[in-house]
Amino acid sequence: MTSLNFHAIRAIYKFEMARTWRTVMQSIIAPVISTALYFVVFGAAIGSRMQEVGGVSYGAFIVPGLIMLSLLTQSVANAAFGIYFPKFTGTIYELHSAPVSYIEIVVSYVGAAATKSIILALIILATAAMIVPLSIEHPVWMVVFLLLTAVTFSLFGFIIGIWADGFEKLQAIPLLVITPLTFLGGSFYSIDMLPPFWRTVSLFNPVVYMVSGFRWSFHGSSDVGMFISLAMTLSFLAVFVVVVAWIFRTGYRLKS
Amino acid sequence: MPAIIRVDGLSKTYASGFQALKDIHLEIRRGEIFALLGPNGAGKTTLISIICGIVNPSKGHVTVDGHDVIRDFRAARSLIGLVPQELTSDAFETVWATTTFSRGLFGKPANPAYIEKVLKELSLWDKKDNTIRTLSGGMKRRVLIAKALSHEPRILFLDEPTAGVDVNLRHDMWAVVRALRATGVTIILTTHYIEEAEEMADNIGVMSKGELILVQDKVELMQKLGRKQLTLQLQTPQQQIPDSLASFNLSLAGEGSELIYTYDAHGDHKSPNEHGGIAALLTQLDDAQIHFKDLHTTQSSLEDIFVNLVDNRQ
Repeated sequence: MTSLNFHAIRAIYKFEMARTWRTVMQSIIAPVISTALYFVVFGAAIGSRMQEVGGVSYGAFIVPGLIMLSLLTQSVANAAFGIYFPKFTGTIYELHSAPVSYIEIVVSYVGAAATKSIILALIILATAAMIVPLSIEHPVWMVVFLLLTAVTFSLFGFIIGIWADGFEKLQAIPLLVITPLTFLGGSFYSIDMLPPFWRTVSLFNPVVYMVSGFRWSFHGSSDVGMFISLAMTLSFLAVFVVVVAWIFRTGYRLKS
Repeated sequence: MPAIIRVDGLSKTYASGFQALKDIHLEIRRGEIFALLGPNGAGKTTLISIICGIVNPSKGHVTVDGHDVIRDFRAARSLIGLVPQELTSDAFETVWATTTFSRGLFGKPANPAYIEKVLKELSLWDKKDNTIRTLSGGMKRRVLIAKALSHEPRILFLDEPTAGVDVNLRHDMWAVVRALRATGVTIILTTHYIEEAEEMADNIGVMSKGELILVQDKVELMQKLGRKQLTLQLQTPQQQIPDSLASFNLSLAGEGSELIYTYDAHGDHKSPNEHGGIAALLTQLDDAQIHFKDLHTTQSSLEDIFVNLVDNRQ
């Protein structure tokens, strides 16, 4: 056997992706419909009464924010459910008794969760491009931010899935933390529009940096500098990697 | 025969403070069927779980074919297949998908022909496209066995494999286990059905309150601790055993209408000064004018031995 169990990584990844296609209504279609509704409400109804934001039409302005909203919530939800479900059904015994390392477990579950949310993000992007005129100034950076954010929040979801000991806890963080932070993180507005106090408060919201970096890759301008956004995203990634490493080292909520 | 599993000084204390295992030492020989018996809470599942990597040990070491289960977990675990006690399964997956998944998880490349062979041997082939939730309890148990066998393990752990399955299915599973043993697979099973161990095991381990109180060859165990009894239905009830028969291990039952002679499983007489066993007894009964109208013998089962062992421990 090689140093990495690639067959296991492939097996878990395929297994998780198969669940996505089996639940395509919930996994893909529902978020796409929700996002289309956001476009109708924010882009068409409100956007028609708003001037441009930062030299970009309001409809085009909110596209990166809307994609980030789905990317963050779906990354967390996919990864959390992916690892929580075997715990709930008891099939996690097989994972523990298999010759797989913690790295392989994380790579496969987080990889699958990130893949799903990226597919979803690209579908939303394609949907948006049909509704509003859209250009991407820095496509490479767009992909970098997309990948980094998906992986970072999938890691976060993985942590939640291990921490949760019931479906309520599983839902609590995405609903009560991620969604409000995303709405308040400049998805639908520039934080420059806020009064100085709330602008400062907003800078403590990690989602601001992700939305900002992603928006910069589209329009070439953003609330926060691109490198600050990148540094903050990498910092969150590092924090979650450390937490996951600690979980596996201690067996927290995984092994007696 | 060399040991394939070595357990050395293994202890486990859970976070709650409950000590599930106490200084367990055990060797399981390659190619044997080893039955681990014990009442609920004896520590059987904890022991299996540590060997398989599901639970961390507090103290001690376990090696599987020379590989330490912690330091060299890949090599150790790739040799093991585990059928858990609970009917845990991916309810929405098909039999084929879940079995194929297990093979990949254990680092083996896809081999549809082998998976087909396993499913056919377990009478699951016609259910291969069924989702697991649609299967009966017995079929789900077979799926768990198929998953455990999917990566061609050399050691198979069966934790209560026939719990809740009907008699026919149980006999089918015994046949599968015997067939596996014939191919050189070492099998470790825990069971509440003592007759299952009696039927299949080569070696028996008995656990009680976290301790391994006995490990012995099944035949030797039954010879050493098993007892036989000859019961004679007397034509005339007796008030007491005549002095001439005092050297035999006799007792009266059924208000004197039954004479019971207890001897060991070797057929040897229990009394040190007498020889000849049943033949001598029958001759002396005739001499004492005690006649019988019927007789039968009984032999203590593994269950009797097990109950005695555990009761004596408590």
